[in-house]
This record gives sequence, C-alpha cells and structure tokens, in this order.
Amino acid sequence: MITVQNIYKSFGEKEVLKNVSSTFYPGKTNLIIGRSGAGKTVFLKMLVGLFEPTDGKILYGDKDFFALDKKELRELRMEVGMLFQGSALFDSLTVEENVRFPLDMFTNMTNGEKLNRVNEILDRVSLNNANSNFPGEISGGMQKRVGIARAIVLNPKYLFCDEPNSGLDPKTSIVIDELIQDITRENNITTVINTHDMNSVMEIGDNITLLYNGKVAWQGKNTDVMDSENELLQDFIFASPFLQKLRKQALNK
Amino acid sequence: MIRNVLFHLGRYCKLLGQGFSKPEKVSMYYKETLRQMTDIGVGSLVIVALIAAFIGAVTAIQFSYQLQSSFVPRYYIGYIVRDITIIELAPTFTGLVLAGKVGSNMAAELGGMRQKEHIDAMEIMGVNTAAYLVMPKIFAAICVIPLLTCIAAFVSIGGGYVATVPTGLLSSDEYIRGTRTFFMPYNLTMMFVKSVVFAFILTSVSCYKGYYVKGGSIELGEASTQAVVISDILILMSDLVLAILLT
Repeated sequence: MITVQNIYKSFGEKEVLKNVSSTFYPGKTNLIIGRSGAGKTVFLKMLVGLFEPTDGKILYGDKDFFALDKKELRELRMEVGMLFQGSALFDSLTVEENVRFPLDMFTNMTNGEKLNRVNEILDRVSLNNANSNFPGEISGGMQKRVGIARAIVLNPKYLFCDEPNSGLDPKTSIVIDELIQDITRENNITTVINTHDMNSVMEIGDNITLLYNGKVAWQGKNTDVMDSENELLQDFIFASPFLQKLRKQALNK
Repeated sequence: MIRNVLFHLGRYCKLLGQGFSKPEKVSMYYKETLRQMTDIGVGSLVIVALIAAFIGAVTAIQFSYQLQSSFVPRYYIGYIVRDITIIELAPTFTGLVLAGKVGSNMAAELGGMRQKEHIDAMEIMGVNTAAYLVMPKIFAAICVIPLLTCIAAFVSIGGGYVATVPTGLLSSDEYIRGTRTFFMPYNLTMMFVKSVVFAFILTSVSCYKGYYVKGGSIELGEASTQAVVISDILILMSDLVLAILLT
C-alpha cells in the first residue's frame, strides 16, 4: 500500500500540487486522472522518487520514501516497476535484452534462468515470438507490452504506469488495460496508473483520484462515477456533449 | 555569469561524485566499458590516423621550407617533426578531433536517453545512472585515447616522411636520422599525461552536457555543440597548464 500524506510541490513560484493526500491499495488498479496541467505527471514522478516533494510524506507500507537511506532506497527500487508513456525501451537492445536488463543488473541468475524468466514474462504479455526484434520494429501496442514485461520481470510490489494507452487504438487500449489489471490482481501489486482514457476509468478504475489544479477534487471507484454529482468529475469524464447525452439517458433509465 | 559557471561546476562535480560509486553489477559495467572502448577506439581510428598523417606531412614541409637556407642541419626536420608530434600535435589534435567526434556523440546519446525517459527508467529500476552511463565512457576513453594518440604520433611521423622524402626535400637517411636523434623518453610521458587529461575532459564534459539536457531536439543539438566547444576550450587551456607544469 502507498499512502500519500499532505503533499505539496512547487517549481520556483509555481505551486503544482497542493495538499494532496491519497491511498493506493494492493491488488487494485489505482487511477490518477485529471486534465492536462492538473499535476498528474508530477504526482506520479514524485511517487516513484524522480521529484522530491516540497512538503509532505509518501509512505510505501510504513516506510517514508524520502527518509530512506541509500541501501533501503535501492532495496525498495527493486520492488518498483514502471511503464512509461513512450515505453522508454532501450533502442539498441532487442525485446529480449530489454526485458532481461533488470535481471542482468540486479540478479545473480544464470543465463539459462534469465532466458526462462524472460520467456515466461513475454509469454504472459502475449509476445512469444518477438525476442529478437528491436523496439523500432514492433508496433506501439507491442512496445507497451514489452514495457510492462520489463516492469514486472523482477516481480515488483508496486507498478506505475504513465498514460499506458496514449497513442493506442481503442481495441489495443482495452488489451493493455486488461493486461495491467490481470497482472495487478494475480500478483497483488499496488498499481498506480496516470491516465486520460475514459474507457480505462470506467473499466479498470478500482480506486480513482481526480486532480484539479493540483488538488484532489474527487476520490472514488468506477462504479461511483455515473452517480457522482461532483461537477469537476462530470466535466472531465463526460466532456463532450455526446457523452453528456449518453449519461443523461443512462441515468433516466 | 559567475553564478552560472559555479552552478554548472557544482553540478558537474556532483555528477562525477555520484559516478564514482560501487557498481551494482561489475559484469554489466565491464561489458559497457568494452562497448565504449570499441566505439571510441575502433570507431575513431581512421579519422585520427588520417588527420595525423596530414598534420605530420604539413609540419615536415613547413619546417623544411623554414629551414631551407639556414645553417641548421637538414636532418633536424625529422627531429622537429618527431618532438612536436609527440609533445604537442598528437595529443592535442587527437583530443580536439575526438571532442568533435566522440564528445558530440556521447552528448547526443545521453541527451536522447534523457529525452526518451531511458535515464528515468533506469533510475526507477534502481540503477545509479551517473555511474552506469558516465563512468564506463570516461574509463574507456582514458584507456583508449592514449593508444589512439600513440598511433596518431606514429602515423604523423610517417606522414612527415611521405611528404618530404619522395618529394626530394630530404633523403630517407636524413629523415630517419632526425627522428632518432636526441630522443627523450620523458616526452612520451608528457604525451600520455596530456592524452589522459584530454580524454577525461572531453568525455566528462560531453556526458555532463548530455545527461542534463532539457527540452527537445533544438536543446539536444545545442547541448551537443556546447559539449564540443567547451571540451575544445578546456583541452586547450589544460594544454597550456600542462605545458607549464611538465616542461
């Protein structure tokens, strides 16, 4: 479980996050949603330690992330996986080498054991025959799956995904969403997803945090979205007139 | 201006400080260092040799012209080409050429990795990116660039021979006699010291500029250019300091 307590973050004069508190649960897909510039990416990067908060705490279990010493931080990092918006696959390495990279760097497994683990993970994300391809040779959806495979190859306790559906068609987005949700439940991972995708919100949003102007504007589950009277949430989720009409029809039924 | 210089100097020292730490996995660092050695060494051999050959040739011809009607023995041309090559031209030209070729490449590589979030991805995995991405480059350069400088010195002296002997400016015996006269092994020490210092400067500055790139392709291009310009200036400044200290 990750607990965020009264986080503030400023860049110079600009305050990006203001008193943000939230809890992200294991075995659930925890979503951070909000408009562009709401502070989602800064929040996610702070959760993984790429930015330090101006004030407040982030607790991984009962450990204060920013109070850990180097050794503890390194141990914790081994429990964290992240899928980046652009997948962040190493261009000069093949799919297999990309997924094997954390194993090479942090484990003492034999080459055979590493290969078995890589194949097992690639099989899990349905990429059985892509071992020798380079990232530039595979589709965006496949790159996301390789990114997921690399993120989970060390069996992390925490998985972070920055806009996993950006640039993907709706069908592929659903495949990626389902994959993330299945992996989260199978391994009881605390998954935090930063997304704009409304389909993701409605389908896999076990625990949703809406950010608006750097503050938490709403928290709840996907099943609460339709009934919520929160204007900011409704403005965001049902942004287009078409979706607003659909919502009205659904509520009238 | 001074504040800006101090800021970059501090951050540069911090990057190097982070880099000099215990590797997560020695074998990974070893592999990366070998890869860098191949890139820097094999990848730069032809250009370094080519430039060295022309520099040696031009130096020999110029000195032969300068000493044409003087009382200085003609074989001194070989001696001058040898010493000027070993003491100054081979290390400095190799450093300047590699700052342009290898330095810009390193800045662009690391800058690209920063922009594509590869560095962030490694950080989140727990990799000390300052160590894994920067130190193998510096170590590889410190090992390989002195060897390239050595090759450059041989080729340059050979270039001097090719430019003067077949053209009749000197006889083969005169040139070879010159290259074997008054040889001081200490000059080789100077050459190697210079090449190690230049290797450190050009790789560390280029890695620094690439590692901290912010923005898009324009900023990446600027970082790459700055890496070369700053490396070149620092190489020439350190050349002066070393010349004073070592002679």
